[in-house]
Amino acid sequence: MNRTLRGATAVVGVGETTYYKRGQSPDAEFNLALKAILAACQDAGISPKDVDGFASFSNDRSDPSRLANALGIHDLRFSNMQWGGGGGGGSAAIAHAAAAVATGLAECVVVFRALAQGQFGRFGQGPRSNVVSGAGAFTVPYGLMSPAQSFAMKVRRFMHDHGVEQSALRAISLASYHHAQTNPRAVMYGRPLDEAKYDASRWIVEPFHLFDCCQENDGAAAMIVVPAERAKDFDHPPVYVLSAVTGSHYRAGASVHNTPDYATSNFKTCVPRLYGMAACGPDDVDVLQCYENFTGGVLMSIVEHGFCEPDECNEFLTKENLIAPDGALPTNTSGGNLAECYMHGLELNIEAVRQIRRTSPNQVEDVDVAMVVSGPMVTPVSSSIYGSEATV
Amino acid sequence: MSAYLNPGLPKPAPAPDGLDAPYWEAVAEERLVMQHCRACGTWQWGPEWICHNCCSEDLAFDEVPLTGRIYSYERVWHPVHPALNEQGPYIVVLVEFPDHDGARMVGNLVGDPRQAVVIGAPVRAVFEHHPDDDPPHTLVQWEVVDS
Repeated sequence: MNRTLRGATAVVGVGETTYYKRGQSPDAEFNLALKAILAACQDAGISPKDVDGFASFSNDRSDPSRLANALGIHDLRFSNMQWGGGGGGGSAAIAHAAAAVATGLAECVVVFRALAQGQFGRFGQGPRSNVVSGAGAFTVPYGLMSPAQSFAMKVRRFMHDHGVEQSALRAISLASYHHAQTNPRAVMYGRPLDEAKYDASRWIVEPFHLFDCCQENDGAAAMIVVPAERAKDFDHPPVYVLSAVTGSHYRAGASVHNTPDYATSNFKTCVPRLYGMAACGPDDVDVLQCYENFTGGVLMSIVEHGFCEPDECNEFLTKENLIAPDGALPTNTSGGNLAECYMHGLELNIEAVRQIRRTSPNQVEDVDVAMVVSGPMVTPVSSSIYGSEATV
Repeated sequence: MSAYLNPGLPKPAPAPDGLDAPYWEAVAEERLVMQHCRACGTWQWGPEWICHNCCSEDLAFDEVPLTGRIYSYERVWHPVHPALNEQGPYIVVLVEFPDHDGARMVGNLVGDPRQAVVIGAPVRAVFEHHPDDDPPHTLVQWEVVDS
């Protein structure tokens, strides 16, 4: 038995709500989830009653049983949550949906993520309690408590070890904002960024300027995964899941910043499995969607997924190389977490689907292979590779 | 020493399960300890119930030197807690103990918050006592050692 997900399932529907600045959704979070799922079903041309599974990540609050009830689903067969915070589960949820469908546990699984921060609060704030105990007792009282603060020292160490300059981080931000200017769905549509504006922007925590940090947003996104043998029965060209993997390296979860291999986006053990399952390598990837919690995570992810060597970052990470259609590695072609929407990275998976469908607002020519990198620097992380009909 | 950060952040308390109690007792006495496996000799931080190397439960809290070196750092500008709204920039350092299996601790780098920070620089622990806080506690800060 050949144990692989390669080509066994396909994404046949995608759906998104309007993307809002944080706290500005007129809809409750659960209703956002429903709207995205209904949009994905409409995109696929299926009845929502035919969905029989849900997969999500980061402790999404929209409970599958309530979703199944609201949608009138006849036969709920699969409900799955990837442990771990941040967007590290964005591709893991795809892996779990694909695994369920490939093995016959379910026939039609929705992968989704919904966020309404006005209703439930933000990520980028410190705790408001009077007392902290456990691992946080060794960091929070020193003013080390937000995601940006938790990752800045990893990026600083990587930059130190490999002589990486601020311009490499800036290029990642410029590419995302560049792509958002042709994407009317993007929250930063109509708000371009240039080098001077980036350089003049305030520090959040060195080495991250304001524009190195993701937005926080309200909205929802959903994708529909079905068996490959049914993939051509739907309205759009099928987008096959070639690979989706998740994991953590040795002691990635060590508390108080004690991970032995510290200056990493945490993908070193995932990448051989990712390419191995997809039966391809970095040279085969036509377009990349890489989760920007902070640009430094993108930088290390690009290195760890084999697109450049650590000591080549300053030369490789330029805006020209990162933009569609002609860059060496067009990256975050919808605007990404920085400039389209922070839908915990699920919007990056949808953009990968659009690239293979040839419907991106920044279409790269002849895309057959699109990669998604989910949640660098958290643990566990995940990555996925999607392919066109030509790849299977 | 006087407090490095403005008051009002969450105060550290020993874990209710007792895992890290020896650390808090030690720093109150200006000693620095971390976990040391009696079975295999591995040093470990942060605290856990078993040794990550050999999975023994026989872990002691043994003293480590009051000196280390800067493994990484960050200068924070944007306050994410109301207590820091008037703080201005401050420096967080990750301090490595090279002779103790590379274990690391987090603290602030005392002195000018705009100072240039050098990765690899030797630093020395400075104990910041808060006896009147609830709960009373001691923070461990770091200062650059003149070489």
